[in-house]
Amino acid sequence: MEKKTPLYEVHVSEGGKIVPFADYLLPVQYPTGILAEHEAVRTRAGLFDVSHMGEVMLTGPTALASVNHLITNDYATLKTGRMRYGVLCNEHGGCIDDLIVYKFGDEEYFVVVNAANREKDFAHMVANALPGTTVEDISDGIAQLALQGPRSRDILSRIADPARLPERYYSFSRHVSVAGTDCLVSQSGYTGEFGYEIYTSAENAVALWGALIEAGEEFGLLPCGLGARDTLRLEASMPLYGHEMDDEVTPLEASLGFCVKLAKDEFIGRDALLAAGEPRRIRVGIVATDRGIIREHQDVYAGGKRIGATTSGTFAPHLRQAIAMAIVDDAHSAVGTEVEVDVRGRHLAARIVPMPFYKHA
Amino acid sequence: MANVPEGLKYTKSHEWISEQGGTYTVGLTDFAQDALGDLVFINLPQEGDCVTAGETLCDVESVKAVSDVFSPVTGTISEVNEALADSPEMINETPYGAWIARVEGVSDIEELLDAAAYVAFCGKE
Repeated sequence: MEKKTPLYEVHVSEGGKIVPFADYLLPVQYPTGILAEHEAVRTRAGLFDVSHMGEVMLTGPTALASVNHLITNDYATLKTGRMRYGVLCNEHGGCIDDLIVYKFGDEEYFVVVNAANREKDFAHMVANALPGTTVEDISDGIAQLALQGPRSRDILSRIADPARLPERYYSFSRHVSVAGTDCLVSQSGYTGEFGYEIYTSAENAVALWGALIEAGEEFGLLPCGLGARDTLRLEASMPLYGHEMDDEVTPLEASLGFCVKLAKDEFIGRDALLAAGEPRRIRVGIVATDRGIIREHQDVYAGGKRIGATTSGTFAPHLRQAIAMAIVDDAHSAVGTEVEVDVRGRHLAARIVPMPFYKHA
Repeated sequence: MANVPEGLKYTKSHEWISEQGGTYTVGLTDFAQDALGDLVFINLPQEGDCVTAGETLCDVESVKAVSDVFSPVTGTISEVNEALADSPEMINETPYGAWIARVEGVSDIEELLDAAAYVAFCGKE
């Protein structure tokens, strides 16, 4: 039985094409379509309902120690009002989920996880948090909207005090009044554009959405669905759990080494990652050089030999190119390597390119 | 409510077809283009290719997925709408103007629906 976010009726009344995703019913697009929604985010602004995401609170005198035990990054240096990306690993070094930790205080951490992994992550955290840490799944009471695009600040400033908006990437402000609604606002997102993620209580979601849509009208804000969310993150080379990583892929193989602090005393998976050494396969970005579109789960060849498989692929709406990410043998992963991708039986010529495919101004 | 012109025939796989002087022209219906979403690529067939009624004529790609276009007739492709190669979105914009291929030497035609029957069929989809 699928769940609905507080904004379900709004999506339906705005003509959203509803699909099941991670146990929720959400719009994949509105009548505007994925291409228009994608371009709106790249050139003006877009608004996403991401209330399906999970939120877990870790609190208590050992909360920091628990966060550092559970997650690959080092949170000892994280300041209140800042956030940091990390990976929840299993003891084999495989990825359970990727997530973001917000520091509310020395004994209070707010962790945002993928909707599809919420129950799995919560169970893992409960089982592995240190004594003295309380772990609470608060997802159902929280709604989250993502306002993304170059006009985001203009739009939010219409209905919130600009002086209270977070000034730095990966920083946040709590108890910001947005059109009279109490919100947490972080400068973050999953699109590769400047923007905000805005959290409020579930009862306020509809009012907040309406206020943002209204404030954004003069700036050309469009409501956007899951389809554009995927093309935007892929164009920005951002990984998606279940594609670029899963429990058989390590964060190092997924090219997430920047958030893996092997020098930390310990964390779940550290020993396995150290024992594995330098990854023998690695995530790369690929662009088709021939006519065609690369999709996920397609084999990649170099010099006639299979070197790996794609993990995500699409036609990038803003770049207007067929792009993909793949995990391939490290020996053949150099930027510039000419490869072929088996696209439904046809060998499509492609090339390994630097990531991100797209970076905003 | 999808547009369904009177003068054409339709298939249950959402292609339209018209005939003039033994040449059959095939495209995708408004219902199809709306269901597929923005089209970003088309793998056009080639002149001279043989097609079989009920089998794949070519495929189109939207942002999210690949979909087959089926041929309503058995015959040989005599002409292909090359303009679609660079602008597949024409199918979204003008589904009944943006024909995909023309077929001649037709020896078999699958059962076709007229406009009213197609509208009724779509109503149940």
